[in-house]
Amino acid sequence: MGKIEILDFKKNNLRKINSSLQNINHKNNKRDFVIKNPAGEHAICAGLKEEMSVIIKGHVGYYCGGMNQKANIYIEGNAGTGLGENMMSGTIHVKGNASQSAGATAHGGTIIIDGDASSRCGISMKGVDIIVKGSVGHMSAFMAQAGTLMICGDAGDALGDSIYETVIYLAGKPKSLGVDCIEKKVTKNDLKKIENLIELGNIKKLKPHNFKKFGSARKLYNFNIDNVSNY
Amino acid sequence: MCGIVGIYFKKKKLHNKLGKYLSGMLDNMSSRGPDSAGFAIYNNDTKKFYKYSLCINDKSIINEFEVDIKNKFKDLTIKSVSDHLVIQTLSSPKTVIPYIKKKYDNILIVGYGKSIEIFKQVGNPKEIVKKFNLQNLTGSHGIGHTRMATESAITIDGSHPYSTGEDECLVHNGSLSNHNNLRRQLIKKGKTFDSFNDTEVAAGYISSNLSKNKSLDKTLKNCLTNLDGFYTFIAGTNKGFAVLRDEIACKPAVIAENNDYVAVASEFQAMAHLPNVNNAKIYEPEPGVIYTWGK
Repeated sequence: MGKIEILDFKKNNLRKINSSLQNINHKNNKRDFVIKNPAGEHAICAGLKEEMSVIIKGHVGYYCGGMNQKANIYIEGNAGTGLGENMMSGTIHVKGNASQSAGATAHGGTIIIDGDASSRCGISMKGVDIIVKGSVGHMSAFMAQAGTLMICGDAGDALGDSIYETVIYLAGKPKSLGVDCIEKKVTKNDLKKIENLIELGNIKKLKPHNFKKFGSARKLYNFNIDNVSNY
Repeated sequence: MCGIVGIYFKKKKLHNKLGKYLSGMLDNMSSRGPDSAGFAIYNNDTKKFYKYSLCINDKSIINEFEVDIKNKFKDLTIKSVSDHLVIQTLSSPKTVIPYIKKKYDNILIVGYGKSIEIFKQVGNPKEIVKKFNLQNLTGSHGIGHTRMATESAITIDGSHPYSTGEDECLVHNGSLSNHNNLRRQLIKKGKTFDSFNDTEVAAGYISSNLSKNKSLDKTLKNCLTNLDGFYTFIAGTNKGFAVLRDEIACKPAVIAENNDYVAVASEFQAMAHLPNVNNAKIYEPEPGVIYTWGK
């Protein structure tokens, strides 16, 4: 591991900081970064393309880690709207709470939120795994297409409204289920998946059998069993 | 878009910091609302005196106006700040407001009460904050707005905060869709409006409800039923302020609270400069839930 490089918002602007992360120096191959004084700035760590570790010391604004590929981003604070929006791979871990639309449209990778996520968590998600250790707000997993949303707390109104093939594991209670979202039987396969997510999220207080499973009743969209491997 | 901000102090010794903190919050929200800005400051209750915040659209009438009102109203003093005048007098709103409205077309009464002072203008929020010298103002709480116009033109009467009752004010991030109908209903009940703006209607609705039921909580609950559209509101009174988001909650809001203050803003960025904010309790107000400070 090379020496950690410090990027400070008191000394540099967003464009410079993001640019240096998007174009890392392959000669010295520094891949460990610490961002200081983020002060709620938007789009921090957007568009990272390579394996690296970024620790952000503070609260971030909108779209942090958007479009991320391969990078591991750790936020020691809260995140604003659209955390990890359209992420492809890599990991984003938030120590605090996340605002609306965390993991929106994200295709892959893992998002871990230690606190709560507000409304529309995992909206239109397309393959990402999202682990929320607290609760989520209303309309979470709205039109969610693929991937897994694990919620250790409760869910707000209309969980999984118009959901496609995303799977929701919920330890608490949903305030209400959205259209075409139903509770499903937890299979052995599910228990294995939940166990993996519990390990990934370092969740201490819950066991796989504490979770219920929710998903699509497949009455709202044209589901064809022959296409199941595409989700 | 638009940006809204508010800060309420829990400790009196911080009252002299109001202008400093609030101006920083407005500066940081200028990206959300670059076309106009305004703010309301609540400072020491003047007991018997009323304060009227006036925006003078035509400077040539100032001298004549000042002479006129000094003769007309009791114990009147005038404070001039940029293109605004704050007049203080023993005369009540029932006599002062109709007199000014009838006689002076070019003067807009932007707020009145025993505690509130309102300043608003068209232009870049950062410059507006400097023009009104907000940095040096003091008070117990303050509310501000940076505007990106959608529902009405970029004019001073389209800028927030809106004050439609004594010591009341409202800032709004969002847009209402039933404001024309509601305006007509309120006009029938005797309310008057200075603009075609949606937020002024919401403020008028709140004032009219508040005068009936005397409870800000109840009034805001009624907003949830009768206002259609998107909103995060900060509604100010002489005691403090309340925050309300519509039940769909598309419009953002974040609250930071510690033993010294409560700060509300559209984005965390607005409050990043506040002391010890990183250790404050930071959370988002839940949709359809009323949060009140300083009851």
